Amino acid sequence: MIVDPNDKGIVLTPEQKKSRSQRNIAIGIAIGFFVVLFYVVTIAKLGPGVLDRPL
Amino acid sequence: MSLISDTSTAPIISVAGPGDYIALLKPRVMSLVVYTAIAGVLIAPSGLNPILAFAALLAITVGAGASGALNMWYDADIDAIMRRTSKRPIPIGRITESEALAFGLTLSALSVFTLGVVANWLAASLLAFTIFFYVVIYSMWLKRATPQNIVIGGAAGAFPPVVAYAAVTGSVSLSSLALFALIFIWTPPHFWALALVKSGEYAKAGIPMLPNVAGPDRTRRDILLYSVVLAPIGMLPWFMGFATIAYGLLSAGLGLAFLALAVQVYRVRTGEIADKVAMKLFSFSILYLFLLFAELIGERTLMLLNIVHLS
Repeated sequence: MIVDPNDKGIVLTPEQKKSRSQRNIAIGIAIGFFVVLFYVVTIAKLGPGVLDRPL
Repeated sequence: MSLISDTSTAPIISVAGPGDYIALLKPRVMSLVVYTAIAGVLIAPSGLNPILAFAALLAITVGAGASGALNMWYDADIDAIMRRTSKRPIPIGRITESEALAFGLTLSALSVFTLGVVANWLAASLLAFTIFFYVVIYSMWLKRATPQNIVIGGAAGAFPPVVAYAAVTGSVSLSSLALFALIFIWTPPHFWALALVKSGEYAKAGIPMLPNVAGPDRTRRDILLYSVVLAPIGMLPWFMGFATIAYGLLSAGLGLAFLALAVQVYRVRTGEIADKVAMKLFSFSILYLFLLFAELIGERTLMLLNIVHLS
């Protein structure tokens, strides 16, 4: 395969870059929220049982 | 030779923002779902930890959003034809169909899994069934096949209080089924009132809504019949003893007002005034459901706080 050294591949327009970064931020927030939700739900479900474990 | 020689096969790079994906979830339908699901949680005899109740409601709401995204994926062709839906993210080209499908399926799986883990697997199964019913039974099959589409499809919109009740109690009860019946019977007159005015749009998109298949007269008669049934069903929470007399009186008054408007729709059949009356019924139907659930949520909250007692 011959690679053209001048070929820059796909170049994103400023609009595409902006929407990509917005999507990334939204996905980051959603995953962060999901992690916190599961942490809080675990604590709520186990309650004091969190500390009740054999050493 | 480069690997990509033909520029026409260059990948389409998305310019969709988070707002487009939120639009895909049908936020207005989601708000109705969360509203009716809150009532489902509150009518349950046993309380649920507020954090778990919040997580369960969130899972139900996201599940509803996921089914909205899958509906938009499947209906993109007809959405492009109808004015009301032509500005949705897929018809305007901001999100591709496959992106919507992937988004909808991912959120469906996540919401069902979350509800199962947070609440119980009966509620999760009911949520999965609701998504399946809305996407496969309603969107893929009934919507384009029969003028009774929204009669049966309306069940999908009626499930959220049942799912929410099951999330709290692990069971299905007659009280949660009463709320199911209320939304189920409310749906046809609500949509048919709109379809009477927009029948041309539905016909253009090839959707067999009742007015453009059986005619506006038959639609008016059916609206009236459903309204007669709706009035007592709206009062069921009081009859069954899980709402106060205040709810009973409110539901009786609103039911009669609904019926009076349906009679008007039945009698006024021609001219601009007929469209106006139909739209009035459509708007009132939203207010009807909103007020009944507001009363139910309000009084059940007060009961939870020991301020109001039944009987």
